Amino acid sequence: MIRKNFENDLQQIKDEIILLGSMVEQALISAVDALKKRDIKAAQAIIIEDKEINKKRFDLENQIMVLIATQQPMAKDLRLLASCMEITSELERMGDYAKGIANINVRMGDEQLLKPLIDIPRMAQKGVDMLHRALTAFVNEDAETAKTIPIEDDEVDALYNQIYRELMVFIIEDPKNIERANWLLWVAHNIERFADRVTNICERTVFIATGSFDEIKSSDDEFWKSQNK
Amino acid sequence: MTQPENGQYAIETNDLSIFYGKFEAVKDVNLKIEKQKITAIIGPSGCGKSTLLRAFNRMNDFVPTSRVEGEILMHGTNLYSKQIDPVEVRRRIGMVFQKPNPFPKSIYENIAWGARINGFKGDMDELVEQSLRGAALWDEVKDKLKQSAYALSGGQQQRLCIARTIAIQPEIILMDEPASALDPISTLRIEELMQELKKNYTILIVTHNMQQAARVSDFTAMMMLYEETRSGTVIEYDETKTIFTRPKDKRTEDYVTGRFG
Repeated sequence: MIRKNFENDLQQIKDEIILLGSMVEQALISAVDALKKRDIKAAQAIIIEDKEINKKRFDLENQIMVLIATQQPMAKDLRLLASCMEITSELERMGDYAKGIANINVRMGDEQLLKPLIDIPRMAQKGVDMLHRALTAFVNEDAETAKTIPIEDDEVDALYNQIYRELMVFIIEDPKNIERANWLLWVAHNIERFADRVTNICERTVFIATGSFDEIKSSDDEFWKSQNK
Repeated sequence: MTQPENGQYAIETNDLSIFYGKFEAVKDVNLKIEKQKITAIIGPSGCGKSTLLRAFNRMNDFVPTSRVEGEILMHGTNLYSKQIDPVEVRRRIGMVFQKPNPFPKSIYENIAWGARINGFKGDMDELVEQSLRGAALWDEVKDKLKQSAYALSGGQQQRLCIARTIAIQPEIILMDEPASALDPISTLRIEELMQELKKNYTILIVTHNMQQAARVSDFTAMMMLYEETRSGTVIEYDETKTIFTRPKDKRTEDYVTGRFG
C-alpha cells in the first residue's frame, strides 16, 4: 500500500482520540459517583486528573498539526485531520463538564444532597454510552451510525426536564432548598451539555465520511421549547 | 463529471479526442475554461495532460501522425477548422514550457524578437519594459538588458519566457510544468506571478505537483487513463477547493491523497 507510514500515523491519532475519549467517559462517571457518595476526596482527584485530559488534548493538537504540515493531507485525509482537531477540543470541553460536577461536589462541603441521586446518574450513563458509540462510529468513519446517535439526546433532555421540574417543586415547597436545588440543577446542566457535544462529534464523523456539513439536530433548543409550552 | 458553471469562457472543447496515428491518446474531453482564471490539469504520468494542453495551441501539429477529432472553440470558432492559421492560434494562445528556453540572444532581444516577427510597430523599449514588469523581472534585469539571457538564473529565465509570451499579448497562456525545474523560492515567485497574470490572461497549467495545483488554481481538471484503451480523459472537473477537500470521484480521491497506484 502506498503511504503506509501516513496511514499508521492517522490510525495512531484515532487511537489517541479513543484514549482521550475513555478518560473523559471515566471522568464523568466518577464525578457523578463521587457526588452520589459525597466523596470529596474522589472529587478532588477528578479535578486533578482533568489536567491530564487537557495535556492529552494539546499533545494531540500538536501531533495533528505536525501531520498537516509534513504530509500535506488532501480530501478525506484533510477532512479527517481537521475533524480530529475539532473532536479533540470537544472532548476536552466534555472533560471540563465532569470537572465542573466535581467542583460542585467540593463546594457543597458538608451539605447533604437535597435528594438521593437517581436520574442524574442515569443521565450520565446515557451520555457516556452515547459518547462511546459516537467514538466507535468516528473510528470506523461510519456516517450511518453517527447520524442515529444524536436522536438519543432527546432521552437526556427528557431526563433533564424531569430533574428540572422535580427541583422546582422542592424550591416552591421551601425556599430554603434553593441553594441545594441549584447545585443539582447545575450538575444536570453539565451532563446535558456533555451529551450535546456528542452530537458535534457525530457531525464531524459524517463530514469525514461524506464531505458534507450536516447539522444533525439542534438539541439545544429542546429544553427551551419544553419550557415555553 | 461536474462542470463549473459560469458564463465567461475563454476556450472550450467539444468531444475532443487526440490521436497519434491509430492510438487515441486523449478521448472525449469536454471542458469549458473560465476566462481570467487559472485552470490546472492534474493526473498521473502518461494520462495525456500535456497532449491535451498542447492541443489548445496546435503544438501537436508538429507531430506528423497527430490528428484531432471534435472541436476546440475560442470565441465560437473551431481552432482546427481549415481556414484557421495555426501560427495565429499560437499568437493568441502562448505557451511556457517545463525547462526555461530563452533564445540565445540578449534579454532585450528575447522579448523584442517575437514581437517584431508578429508585426509589432510601437515603441519597442516600452514593450520590453512592460513585458518584463508584467513578468516581475524588470527590477532584476533593467540594468543588463543587453546581456545574454543565458546569464540569468533558471527562475529568471522562466520569468523571461513568460515576459516573452505576454509581449505578444495572447489571451491565453498555457504552462506545461512551468516550475518543475526550479527551486522552491523561484517556484513560489512563478506562482505569485501567475496570480498577477490572471488579471489579464486566462491560464491553463499542467502540473505533477498537486500542492502547486491546489495553491495556484481556481479550477482543476483531473485526468485518468481508461484501463482498456489506455486513452486519457478528464474524469472530474470542478473548483479546486472542491477537488482537494471533497472530490466526488473515488479515483480523484485516491490520486489527491497519494493512494493511487
